[in-house]
Amino acid sequence: MSATDQELKEFRGQVSAWLSDNKPADPGFLLPQSFMEVGTEQQLDFLREWQYQVWNAGYLGLAWPREYGGGGVEPVYQNIVDQEMRRHGVPICFNVIGLGWAGPLINDIGTEEEKARYLKGILTGEDIWCQGFSEPDHGSDLGSAQTRAVRDGDDYVINGTKIWTTLGNYAKYMILLARTNPDAGRKYDGLSFFLSPMHVPGIEARPIRKLTGEYGFTETFFTDARIPADCLMGEEGQGWKIAMQTLQYERGAEAGAAGGLAFERIVIDDMIAQLRDMTRDGEPLLSEPVVRDQLVRLIMEEKAIALGDKRAAIAPLNTDYPFSLQLSNKLRFSEYARRMRQTAVDLQGAAGSLYVGDEQARQGGFWQRAYFNSFSATIGGGTSQVQANIIAEHVLGLPK
Amino acid sequence: MSVTANTTLRFDEEQAMIMDVARNFCREKSPISAVRAQLDSPLGYDEALWREIVQLGWTGIALPEHVGGAGLGVSHAVAIAEAMGRAMLGTPFLSSTLAGQLVARATPGLRVDAFLADVAAGVPATVALQENPDWGSDACDCLFDDRGVLHGSKCFVPDALAAGWFVVVTRHRGAPALALVRAEQLPEGAIRPHTLVDETRRAATVDFTGVQLEPEAIIAGDQVTVALCDHYLLGALLVAADACGSAGACLDTTVEYLKTRKQFGKLIGSYQALKHPCVDILTGLDAARSFVYHAASLVGDGSLDRDAEIACRMAKAQATDALCQAGDRAVQFHGGMGFTYECDAQLYIRRAQWSQQQFGDALHHRKRLAVLLLDQ
Repeated sequence: MSATDQELKEFRGQVSAWLSDNKPADPGFLLPQSFMEVGTEQQLDFLREWQYQVWNAGYLGLAWPREYGGGGVEPVYQNIVDQEMRRHGVPICFNVIGLGWAGPLINDIGTEEEKARYLKGILTGEDIWCQGFSEPDHGSDLGSAQTRAVRDGDDYVINGTKIWTTLGNYAKYMILLARTNPDAGRKYDGLSFFLSPMHVPGIEARPIRKLTGEYGFTETFFTDARIPADCLMGEEGQGWKIAMQTLQYERGAEAGAAGGLAFERIVIDDMIAQLRDMTRDGEPLLSEPVVRDQLVRLIMEEKAIALGDKRAAIAPLNTDYPFSLQLSNKLRFSEYARRMRQTAVDLQGAAGSLYVGDEQARQGGFWQRAYFNSFSATIGGGTSQVQANIIAEHVLGLPK
Repeated sequence: MSVTANTTLRFDEEQAMIMDVARNFCREKSPISAVRAQLDSPLGYDEALWREIVQLGWTGIALPEHVGGAGLGVSHAVAIAEAMGRAMLGTPFLSSTLAGQLVARATPGLRVDAFLADVAAGVPATVALQENPDWGSDACDCLFDDRGVLHGSKCFVPDALAAGWFVVVTRHRGAPALALVRAEQLPEGAIRPHTLVDETRRAATVDFTGVQLEPEAIIAGDQVTVALCDHYLLGALLVAADACGSAGACLDTTVEYLKTRKQFGKLIGSYQALKHPCVDILTGLDAARSFVYHAASLVGDGSLDRDAEIACRMAKAQATDALCQAGDRAVQFHGGMGFTYECDAQLYIRRAQWSQQQFGDALHHRKRLAVLLLDQ
């Protein structure tokens, strides 16, 4: 039975009121701009407490089953919560690999035992999850993963290295893609998927210091690490299929994700607002024709992305280059975000040379940090250059 | 309010049907060989084909039903303009549609039915607007005296040789006014064709000196000022739609060549140095089409509001920049072949240069967008 507009409106009102009352005060230290930047215990404790509060109020995992800690209602309720959280500018729900990847997967294809064991801890934030797909030598070419999993009695023995493990040093569990059969005909058929514990001998998560100077990822080493054989999800050889399924949940609550904000959203209005009091040659920066032209170009880019999302849903306006908008979405958005942040730093005058930690840095160095962090999206999940190849080959039909 | 706030995008079944018909018609009737056959003809189009277009109802699609139009509004002309651009089909469609809109919008409640009925019935009409190359100039020295006789000339008048009607932008008591002039009222030799970079288009300098205006041929009043502002925006929108079509055709031409041409033992389309700029053109074109159909969703029969103005300007700035990039790379990526007149890349780079300069170039529109978006 579908919720009525009136019911949804009332629900939105409740959510908004709760957020107004419970939005945390500025903690006095830098918060992460996304789930990929949790680098200190202080940040972790803060975000864990916030996620718990959101869940406890009934605003996380609304579309997940009640028996596993969810709300058991339609996804539209979670979407309303997410929209209101965005509008109120509250902190992120940091356990994103659990909420948006592992959780929906377990919900879809996990056994009853797996659901009972894992789902609630994901929602409360007690059980932090990480993801072990990428490897140092293979970047975003997941099909070539070389980490080995060898069956030995009641265990699998894992050897190899994963990289860009978000929250790796804090996580209790990892969704792990490893090779069980190195002799499979197709490289994809040799892969298997595990719900692996992290706190076992032989697993070491070494924090990676990022471009920003902060942490958030680890390089994760497996040296004869033994994990129970029942950590295998599905059957041996199904790893590639399950990993691809995992990537489908990013599209939000309808697709199965628990909800919550994964990123602090930064829009062009934020940037224009910070430019208003700046000067150049003694005149307001925003009166400089060259700057104005640059800003209008960026506004147009941001608007075109929003319009593109809408146009993608109107079939007769997509007949020329089918799936062009969908396939180029990540490329357009990440490259725009990077250039916008770069421009925000460029225009600061001498203040653009200051960084997080300097008391005269504008907004605490927000834009400098945001610019550096934006490369996580132009590189992660397939670099912009790889994305351009994919679009050229799959949309335009150019040869490999 | 966010600077990107309005993201209205509507496209109904009727528009989809018109788009489908227009695309099939243009593809069938205007292959590149037919486009080339018109490059040095005086009118620049096949009059039999124009009659078919009139039969399809395109000349009246945006005009009210009481003058023989379809009453669908200018939003429905957008898909036709795009389809014609894709087929590089130069006809007086843009000129006539814009002339019809200008007069219809300047005369609510007035009877200019003879003019509008002619436009709907396919008599080509055109707006004689500019007196210099500056789209930001409102200079107007083409004026009529106390006896109603015009003095002065206009340049860049599109489709002047084909036109049966001229809508001359003039002034009356210090405010903008329009004068409706029939082609047969022009003195001998009044039309001097320009040599245009885009050989699929036609335009001329027209000297209106000595034309005696009928009193009812003069349209004045506050509504003319508003309609004229809208004319610049609707012109920008229709040229943007046309440019989107041309940019798509241009990209297809380039991609087809990259898929078949081999050098150093490889298909050149496998080189990233050629692939990635093609993707840049595609994403630029995707943005342009989104703006064009967003703008089409916001332009009604009434005067254009702020959001519609923003949308039209963004559409024009984006579309003609995308076409310029597509045309430029088309020539380069065809190598030596691209430097020849025989190669179709020349048609697109020339169309790009023309489109960029209609109703203000990208810089012109971004400058005005800056005022709308940054100076609140």
